[in-house]
Amino acid sequence: MAVVFERPKSLCDVPLHYCPGCTHGIVHRLVAEVMDEMGIEGDTVGVCPVGCSVMAYNYFGCDMIEAPHGRAPAVATGVKRSNPDKFVFTYQGDGDLAAIGTAETVHAATRGENIVVIFINNTIYGMTGGQMAPTTLPGQVTQTTPFGRNPELAGYPVRVSEMLSTLTGVALAQRVAVDSVPHIREAKKAIRKAFENQRDKKGFSIVEVLSTCPTNWGLTPLDALKRLREEMIPYYPLGVYKDSVAGGND
Amino acid sequence: MKGNEALAEAAMRAGCKCFFGYPITPQTELAAYMAKRMQKNGGVFLQAESEIAAINMVLGAASTGVRAMTSSSSPGISLKSEGISYIAGSDLPCVIINVERGGPGLGGIQPSQADYWQATKGLAHGDFHLLVYAPASVQEMVDMVVKAFDKADTYRMPAMILADGLLGQMMEPVVFPEIEQKAHDKSSWAANGHKGQREHHIINSLYLTPEELERTVVERFAKYDTIKQTETDAECYLTEDADIVVCAFGATARVVKSAVNEARDMGIKVGMFRPKTVWPFPVKELQEASKNATKLLSVEMSMGQMIDDIKLALNCSKPVEFFGRTGGVIPTPAEVLAKIKAMGGNE
Amino acid sequence: MAKMTVRTERCKGCGLCADACPKKIVAINKEKRNKAGYFTAECIDDNACIGCAMCAMMCPDCCITVEK
Repeated sequence: MAVVFERPKSLCDVPLHYCPGCTHGIVHRLVAEVMDEMGIEGDTVGVCPVGCSVMAYNYFGCDMIEAPHGRAPAVATGVKRSNPDKFVFTYQGDGDLAAIGTAETVHAATRGENIVVIFINNTIYGMTGGQMAPTTLPGQVTQTTPFGRNPELAGYPVRVSEMLSTLTGVALAQRVAVDSVPHIREAKKAIRKAFENQRDKKGFSIVEVLSTCPTNWGLTPLDALKRLREEMIPYYPLGVYKDSVAGGND
Repeated sequence: MKGNEALAEAAMRAGCKCFFGYPITPQTELAAYMAKRMQKNGGVFLQAESEIAAINMVLGAASTGVRAMTSSSSPGISLKSEGISYIAGSDLPCVIINVERGGPGLGGIQPSQADYWQATKGLAHGDFHLLVYAPASVQEMVDMVVKAFDKADTYRMPAMILADGLLGQMMEPVVFPEIEQKAHDKSSWAANGHKGQREHHIINSLYLTPEELERTVVERFAKYDTIKQTETDAECYLTEDADIVVCAFGATARVVKSAVNEARDMGIKVGMFRPKTVWPFPVKELQEASKNATKLLSVEMSMGQMIDDIKLALNCSKPVEFFGRTGGVIPTPAEVLAKIKAMGGNE
Repeated sequence: MAKMTVRTERCKGCGLCADACPKKIVAINKEKRNKAGYFTAECIDDNACIGCAMCAMMCPDCCITVEK
């Protein structure tokens, strides 16, 4: 028998600290698989956010930098500008990327900074125990929206891929999900394309990954996947919002 | 050459490969000079979307082992403070220029030294220091930038040039020294791709185990102790027989020197002590310079900040008086002389 | 002939693998806990495994190896 599936080499052989059923681990694996397939682990520098994935520097086998909250795209800019021949990616959650780091995200995107951004959207702040995120859905109960997010009071969720797709510097803006095997395959293709864009100097590529947070949603891992499918995807439709390589906005 | 431009030229000659900035008066000429020259020199110039982004770009570039710099003025330094704390906590070398202006808040755009406390004591959260150089001339700005890059690399920590709007805007002749590029080997920590040749490097300031965090901070403070012993620098002017030692740093020292000269002409035994490093503060140098003095005077463009370090250096053994102007007002030699006379300097 | 192997010390018993298995032959063993205290996943019918690796694709802890 031959091995048909095993842990990618670019994913360090250490236990992940994430809660049971948290889909961070799936996305980590996809990024590592892409690094393996492209043979770029030794030429890649990753930048971690503040949030649940703050310790992703222990998990990816490439060189890693831990950025201040929200600043990962700026840190990545510094790395990429000084080392244009290296692959640079950030891995950020929704609080990091779409709240405190909005300016860094938007400006790295509009500069067409030749980096990859992996954006985990799980509609909540996980690390701090489940507060409202910029992506929290209307009506969603969190610690800081105990009666459900009321848009009149707390505003509306940010649709990051749609927003960034309006910027000229963006090469790829795609929303994927990791709730099922077909979607995971799609997600990996998107991540691969993002890294290939960087290799081909196409500019800023963001892959938004709809993910779960069973612990802070108060759901079992399986029910969390169900919520992702039934509540998140309708609000955050999957798809390619911009692909300048394929041509234009879709 | 204009002070701000001299800072930029010196940085490039010192091997600065990346400059990330954001416009703010009165340091803007520095960024403009970099924009013109940096790319031609094979380096990176980028105008960031904010001071916050600029310092984090420095963090990124410094993480890969290249020499990186940012510059700003007081309110902008406040914005950078978060990033500077992370840089210090990650043991990264870089150079930060503060061409100070009046504060607090938006303050004004005229020269000030009111960021002394910020630079030397409380720049951001956590236990850490930066090397802080305080130039008093355009030539010294050049020399100190070169030194700051070297020492930042030597100690793997951020270094700051604490200048002010007066120096930034001042035109003076400068000589650019022949710079001997010391090779600092960063291969043991730089995150620039491991090529499959080594373990992955992690640039990080997070330690969830208190004992582990304590250990890293204590190690850093052991390094600071070495720096306090070896890196202090000061100018002593006519302090040998001085009854009054006037302390001043940066542009203020130029005003004080004029006042001291006038006082000497009047037969008053007064001298000037000028720290060139404000962190580490030149404690021994001040003790030596003031050993024959009966009193000291601190002259600052603030409400009195360095005076605390003077009192600490002397263990409050001698009276230390203060004269200062703030808000962007520059003290005049006449005002300082009047203060010296009021202190009853012995003839 | 195919085989899925769970590295049980890394398994957190989330059950995403069991749900993904088209043959419904992956299950959480409620009898055995690993050192971390989790019930862990296992294949309950080795002969029925088709080696599709869907269990491994869903595993957030990357603790499943599949051979075929």
